[in-house]
Amino acid sequence: MSKSDENLIGEGTLTGEGLLVGEGYLIEGRNIHHAFGKTSVLSNIDISVSPGEIVTLIGPNGAGKTTLVRVLLGLIRSDTGEIIKRPGLVVGYLPQQLSIDPVLPMTVRRLLRLTNRPTTTEMLEALSETGAAHLIDQAVQELSGGELQRVLLARALARRPDLLVLDEPIQGIDISGQTKLYELIAQIRSRRGCGVLMISHDLHIVMASTDRVVCINGHLCCSGHPETVREHPEYMALFAPREAESLAVYTHSHDHSHDLAGHVVPIEERGNSDHDHGHPEHDHSGHDHADHDSPERDITPRGETS
Amino acid sequence: MIFEDFIWRALIGGAGVAVISGPLGCFIVWRRMAYFGDSVAHSALLGVALGFFFGIDIRLGTLIACVSLALFLALFQGQKRLSSDTILGILAHTALSVGLVTISFMESLRVDLIGYLLGDILSVTISDIAWIYGGGALALVWLGLIWRQLLAVTVHEELARAEGISVWVVRVSFMALIAFVIAIAMKFIGILLITSLLIIPAAAARRFSKTPEQMAALAALFGGLSVLGGIMASLQWDTPSGPSVVVAAAGLFVVGSLVGVVLGSRNE
Repeated sequence: MSKSDENLIGEGTLTGEGLLVGEGYLIEGRNIHHAFGKTSVLSNIDISVSPGEIVTLIGPNGAGKTTLVRVLLGLIRSDTGEIIKRPGLVVGYLPQQLSIDPVLPMTVRRLLRLTNRPTTTEMLEALSETGAAHLIDQAVQELSGGELQRVLLARALARRPDLLVLDEPIQGIDISGQTKLYELIAQIRSRRGCGVLMISHDLHIVMASTDRVVCINGHLCCSGHPETVREHPEYMALFAPREAESLAVYTHSHDHSHDLAGHVVPIEERGNSDHDHGHPEHDHSGHDHADHDSPERDITPRGETS
Repeated sequence: MIFEDFIWRALIGGAGVAVISGPLGCFIVWRRMAYFGDSVAHSALLGVALGFFFGIDIRLGTLIACVSLALFLALFQGQKRLSSDTILGILAHTALSVGLVTISFMESLRVDLIGYLLGDILSVTISDIAWIYGGGALALVWLGLIWRQLLAVTVHEELARAEGISVWVVRVSFMALIAFVIAIAMKFIGILLITSLLIIPAAAARRFSKTPEQMAALAALFGGLSVLGGIMASLQWDTPSGPSVVVAAAGLFVVGSLVGVVLGSRNE
């Protein structure tokens, strides 16, 4: 990728979809269906990542995000559909929650040489890129969650990947660290021009450093620029009420919550809201829903409910 | 002190066993496969019985029985109805018991059962040594070839697979390797004790190692020291050799842990 692309990305003027059209996808999954036993986990999913593009996969727990990534990586075979990889594609993978058993002695240096053989210079280069060069001779088990993620990211980078695949990279990291890690991933993309596919369950934090969001919940709900997805009724239906609900649980005395843009969203009582937007695939009963048709509506004051 | 020939043979053979059981034992510790090792070892007695029954070399019979059981377990790993430790328990004790029952049918034979169960280092012959060094060298080369892949699979199976390692091949070949080493080492340390020579030196080495390779080398060294100490003790106090080696290994583990604790507290 050229320097001019970096600048464009740095200014945030370029969405992933506009980028490098014609170069072809790094990886593409078409019409993916997968079921565990009789339970359908993924149905009719299309997804692609282009060079230099950050694609974030979001969806609620059990939406099939990890399954989709595993299908794309070839770790499991989907029931139908095809995966097209660019020939010779090198993938750097950060699995969800990689922890190394204390009984296995392992330094950062050794971990970086686990599946390939970078030189010390190459290792230091990759570690500096993720801000972890000082950790090179540390035991892996002594690292904090954030440090371990940086080391694992460096390990993936030392493979000189065309595509980085990150499964919930921010787990076990505090909020400020999460933002920093996403910024780092965006920087790496700009510097190296590699494609990035990552899983997140929080669009809010990942938004600034992603080009395209793909929201799935068993099926493809919506995809596009993060701002667009945030306003999409299916996204709202999946995320806004859940966030409202969890905030209500933890604060008790509040009768409203905030949507992703910080607007106040009142919490409806269970079963009060009634919506249907033409998706028979999923069941809306039994959830609390903030009214997603009017995300910016005014505060509706109510008495203390707890 | 002038050693008799049989003592030299015991020391040389024991050192050979230690060199291969150290690195292999590390993987058994890392992959939590102690019970698997035990089960394979138990099936060795069935191999002894089969060896007598078909009139083939006992060591060959043992090798066939151990490797077959390991491959059988590798195939059964995929099923989910029973947990793998239940299956191991069923197979281990069934194999041991079938072996014992079969041997009891062969009345004309005088089988040194205790020798097989607890090992008899001091009765090692030149051909046993050849068997150990030939098999041991093969096992070391084998382990060397799969070392990097096996380590990657041990750290994270999916990561290894995503980066192009054929996990199944590595796993099965490791299980077969354990069976192979157990079969060649059984004569020394016995069916009931062989797993301890794999595990205790490796566990003792953990505290003093920073990398997997260091731990493997130290485990081999500790295994060698255990064999030396055990044989010396056995000569000195006329104790059974196999258990003496295990006691020596356990002693080393305890001393190592205490040293580790002292060093650790000094560093803080």
